[in-house]
Formats: sequence, structure tokens, C-alpha cells
Amino acid sequence: MSPQLFAYLLEGLLTTLQLTIGAAALGLVFSFAAGIATCSPNIVVRGAGRCYIELFRGISALVLLFWFVFALPYAGWQLDPMWAGILALALNIGAYGAEVVRGGIVAVPVAQIEAAVALNFTRAQRMRLVVLPQAIARMLPPFGNLLIELLKGTSVAYIVLIPDLTFAGQIVRNATGDSASVFTALLILYAVLAVIFTTIVRLIERRVAKSLGRPPTPGFFARIKGVKSA
Amino acid sequence: MTWDWGYAWETLPQLLDGLGVTVLATLAGTAIALVLGLIFTVLRRSSSRWIAIPTEILVEFIRSTPLLVQLFVLFFVLPQAGIELSAFMTGVIGLGLHYATYTSEVYRSGIEGVPAGQWEAAKALNLPARRVWTSVILPQAVPPSIPALGNYAIAMFKETPQLTVITVMELLSVARQLGAENYRYLEPVTIIGVLFLALSLPTAWLVRRMERRLVPAPRPV
Amino acid sequence: MSQSATEAALTSRKDGQFIHFDKVTKRFGDNVVLNDLCFAMGAGERVTLIGPSGSGKTTILRMLMTLMQPDTGTIRVGEDYLHHEERGGRLVEASEAHIRKVRQRITMVFQSFNLFPNMRVLRNVTEAPVHVLGLSKEEAEERALGLLAMVGLDHKIDSYPSQLSGGQQQRVAIARALAMQPDVLLLDEVTSALDPELAAGVLDVLRDVAKTTDVTMLCVTHAMKFARDISHRVLMFCEGKIIEAAPPEQMFDSPEHERTRSFLQSVLEES
Repeated sequence: MSPQLFAYLLEGLLTTLQLTIGAAALGLVFSFAAGIATCSPNIVVRGAGRCYIELFRGISALVLLFWFVFALPYAGWQLDPMWAGILALALNIGAYGAEVVRGGIVAVPVAQIEAAVALNFTRAQRMRLVVLPQAIARMLPPFGNLLIELLKGTSVAYIVLIPDLTFAGQIVRNATGDSASVFTALLILYAVLAVIFTTIVRLIERRVAKSLGRPPTPGFFARIKGVKSA
Repeated sequence: MTWDWGYAWETLPQLLDGLGVTVLATLAGTAIALVLGLIFTVLRRSSSRWIAIPTEILVEFIRSTPLLVQLFVLFFVLPQAGIELSAFMTGVIGLGLHYATYTSEVYRSGIEGVPAGQWEAAKALNLPARRVWTSVILPQAVPPSIPALGNYAIAMFKETPQLTVITVMELLSVARQLGAENYRYLEPVTIIGVLFLALSLPTAWLVRRMERRLVPAPRPV
Repeated sequence: MSQSATEAALTSRKDGQFIHFDKVTKRFGDNVVLNDLCFAMGAGERVTLIGPSGSGKTTILRMLMTLMQPDTGTIRVGEDYLHHEERGGRLVEASEAHIRKVRQRITMVFQSFNLFPNMRVLRNVTEAPVHVLGLSKEEAEERALGLLAMVGLDHKIDSYPSQLSGGQQQRVAIARALAMQPDVLLLDEVTSALDPELAAGVLDVLRDVAKTTDVTMLCVTHAMKFARDISHRVLMFCEGKIIEAAPPEQMFDSPEHERTRSFLQSVLEES
């Protein structure tokens, strides 16, 4: 493979990472905003959160992306394709993330909230200081799964000509004519990225477990040998 | 420029044709995913690690790589191997294969959800292996799995627009074609968005109702 | 206790009604838990509620802690209504701000401790003084260290709750409650989840609190010896009503009501 093609692939890889990380960061904001909103006592706030979740879970990221790139300009909004990509993916993954946030919040025992009431925390403080820190531990594993879904989902950006990894793969294929090895290599690259992301999330999970005062989960070898009971 | 009702109306019949293809692809893909997922599950539970581990790796691999690239592989590589399929069939197989990795996971947790005592009881009655599965384990494992399977069918429905890259004339392809022919994308692209919502929202609602009946609800706030 | 709180305590002591339940009723479905309940407590008074389970004792504490609303009737703390406020001469449902102002004077220790698992012991005790009372971190830590020393856990400040025994957790919970310098301390079966020897440590701490402070205490407990030691008054509950009220000696030694006698008998047999 020529250095030129290799440079294309590398750039595509970087674009895919940008899309994934950008949409993950923005999607995280949407997740928390909508997830917390669905737990609000205010019916309007709750309704808005619910609407966001239903709307963007009901529509596919690709159609949304298409709409941003091809329909929105009619309303006088010309989004840069890269930003359109990040926004469409973030809105979509954020709707799923909001359900994760909600699930994590709901799983915090009522007794914890009662203790926070007994200490006269405000509603916002109860959420920020007591509920969310405990809920986040429960949210991390499903967030990890969503991150992989997002990574895979970024490949649709290729269809609106964002030069991501899949796009670069197409260029290489056109240049070399070798579909089988190019696409196989592409799949392997995505799988490697997925493994890296999963590993990072696992590491964060461990740190959070530690900060919650839970004993760190025993390592692989400790588990198969059988941990000495304390 | 504003919304053009006349144009929207004109494009509708073609878009509805596309919707038909989308729905058909979803149904066929779901059927494949349901069956193939079961096969994956059985192979992953195999007592031979020469079967279980490679299956496990294959399932993980398919699940952590993009459907879009998998569609390319099927579309461009299968013919090289002498397998000629229509674009639609290729797409359906791609969807089914990709989602089989998810349904397999659902089946697995359904089976693991059956209490160990049930296996022991079946053993105590000396039932043959096949009877154990058909009359003891599966009847208990399947009902709680149905809502999750339903959710994946909806997820697949929303991923069918990716079939546009292998020239299947589903909703998005039709909208793209209409947009390119008439130099106007607003109406067709908006209409397909609405069509997706119109189908996925009621289906999701149905699944959730089913979930409430079949799966114990979490405690309300 | 803060200056203003003490003043308030003195004024309400005059009429002997610091906490005042007026015709409070609470139902869960068809089950009437509290039936037209009226009772009052003076500031600094220590009252124990006894009675069979399901008789509404815990409901009283939970209402005072605003974890529950009365269906009808009112509760006053000092001069203020707890779940209501006066606006334009009418009694309306209280705003969150009003509830927080009144609730500042009250706190509670729970049966299952309810420490925050995501915070170390010291932060469990300092968190509310910092964020609710507005103390600086240093002030809050100084106060927390004093209280943790009092409950005998100043060597555990860096532990997480999950690393402590139940009895230790409950003593931290008591320190956490006292760090708020409450006028009213509610104790909801604080030893029911503990083994007897661990319970003894917790009760000793609470005896200390009763002896050294003038905090108003309202307890629900099955530890009758403890109730006798600390209470000014004991109230016997049955089916949502107070059927007997007396100083502890009288209540435990010569109860008047037949229902009280059989209840005390059954508790004695249990222990």
C-alpha cells in the first residue's frame, strides 16, 4: 500500500475517533439533561425529557444525519457535515443514554434520599451530592455498551461524505481493487478500537467502584484460584 | 424556500414503496436473527471448547464492528466467492447476522434466568436432554426474553437505511433518489423521518406494554 | 444549640408546646394509621413512643421529618407550621423554601443507618454542615472530629461505611445528625437492625447525648431499659391513637391500660 493510501486511512481513523468522542461527550450532556429531567417532579420538565427520548430513539441516526445535511439547509441552516455528524449521533445516543441515567437514578435506594432530606439538602444538592455519585457506578457498564454502539454508528457518516475510516477504506478499495482484504482490515480496525474503548471504560469502572468504597473486584487470577475468604 | 405540499404529495407513493421494502427487510432480517441467534447460543454453550470459544469470538467480533462495513463485505466479497445474491437478500442476511449476536445474548440471559433448581429437578426426573429444553427450560426462558427481542427488532428497523449503501431501494434510497432527481431533499427526507417515527413509536409502546406484563417492574421513584 | 434556637426553645417552653400535632390523620388505602392525633412536646423534652408495630409510631417521625404529609390536620414546630404556611391569612401547602427553613431544626437517625456509601466517614459528617449550614470545610471538620470522638470513632474517619460494623455505622449516623446542631432529634428504631452488643454501644452514645445536651428527642424503640433511662414521658400507641401517656416509671411499673400491660408483657418475654 502506498504511503498516500496509508495517510488516508490514518486521517479516516482520526475522523472516526473525533466523531466518536465528540458525539460521546455531547451525548453524555444530553443523557444527563434528559435523564434527570425524567425524574423531575415538574410535569413539564418530565414531559420534555420523555419527548426527547421517544423522538430520537424512534428515528435512526442515519436519517437524522441526512435530514441535517440535506433538509436543514432549506431552513437556512448550513451545518458543517462534521458537526452535523456529531450532532445527529449525539442526539441519537443521548436518547439511549438518558434511559441509562434514569435507570441509574431510580436504582438508588429511597433510604438514601430520605437521609439526604433529614440533613435538609436542597433537591438539587440531593441529586448532585448523594444520588448521582451512587448512580454513576451503575450507569458505567451500560454506558460502555453504548460507546461501542456509537463507534459502530459513526460509520454511517461516510454516506454524507464525512471522510471517516469507512470512507478511507472505500478510497483504498477503489485504488487497490482488493475488496476482501480492505474490508476485512477495516473490520479488524473497528474491532481493535472497540477493545480499546471497552478497556478504558473498565478502568473507569474500577476507579469509580473504589471511590464508592467497594472493594476492588478481584483480578482474573484471584477469581479462578478462589479468593481466600476474609 | 418553504415546505412544498404538492411535491410532498407527489413523492409519497414512491416513498411508500420504499417503506414496504424497509418493513420487509426488517421482518426477514428479524426472522434470520431469531434463528441464527439461537444457533449461536447453542454453540456458545457447547461442552467442546473448540466450538464454544471460536463462536464466542465470532459473535463478539460481529457485534463490535459496524453493520455498514459488514454489508460491504457481504456485497463485494460474496460474489468473489461465487455466491450471487440480490442486493436485498444480501442486506437481509447482513441485518440478520448482525442482530443474531444481540438475540443470542438475549437468549443466553433468558436461559441463565431459569433457576438452577429447574435443571436439577429435570435431572431428578431423568428427562432426556431434548425434553429438558423443550418442556422445562425454553418455556421459562422465552417469555421474559420477548420484550428485549422486540426492542432489537425496532433497532434493526432503524438501521435498515444503511442498506442504501448496497443499492437496496428502501426508504432512504428512495428519498435520496427523489432528492437528486428534483434537486429538492427537504420533503422526502422529512417524510421518511416521520414514517420512521410513525412505525417505531407505536411498536415501542407495544413492546413496553408487553414488558410490563412479562417482566417484573422496577420500583417506581 | 444556636442562640436563636435557644430563644425559640425558651418561648415555646412557656406554653409547653414546641412540637404540636393538631388533629393529624394519615391513611394508607383503607388503613387508618393515625386517627385525629393530637399531642404536644415541650422544648428539650425527651419522649419515647411505644406500642405494637403498625400502630403509627414511625409515621409520626416520618411526618416530622417531612418524609410524609398528613392527610388532614397540622403539625407545628415552634411558631411555624411544618407542611403548611400562612399566606394572606389562609393556610396553604408550604413551599419548598418554607419546608427547608423549618426542617433545618429537625433531623433523624434511621433504623438502617443510611450513611452515604460514596463518602468516607468524615465526609458523611461534614457534607451537610458545609452545603446546608454554610460552614467552611475547616469548621465542619473540626465539628465532625469532635462528634466522632464523642461516638468513639475518630480513628475511623478515612473508612468507607461498607468497612464499618453496623454499630459503628449507626454511631457515625448519630454524629452526622448532631453535626447539624438540631433542636429536634428523631430516633427511628435505631438499634433494631443491630446485634445486642452492638446496640449497647449505640444506646450508650445516645444516653450521653441526652445527658449533655438539651436537644428535644422523640424516639421509637423497643429498648425499654433505654426508654426508661432517657425519657421524660412515654406514650403508648395503639391503632393510631395514644392510649396512655405517663412518665417512664409509672408507664413501666404500673401501667393503667390493659393493652399497655399486655404489650409490655410481650416485649419482656421477647427479650
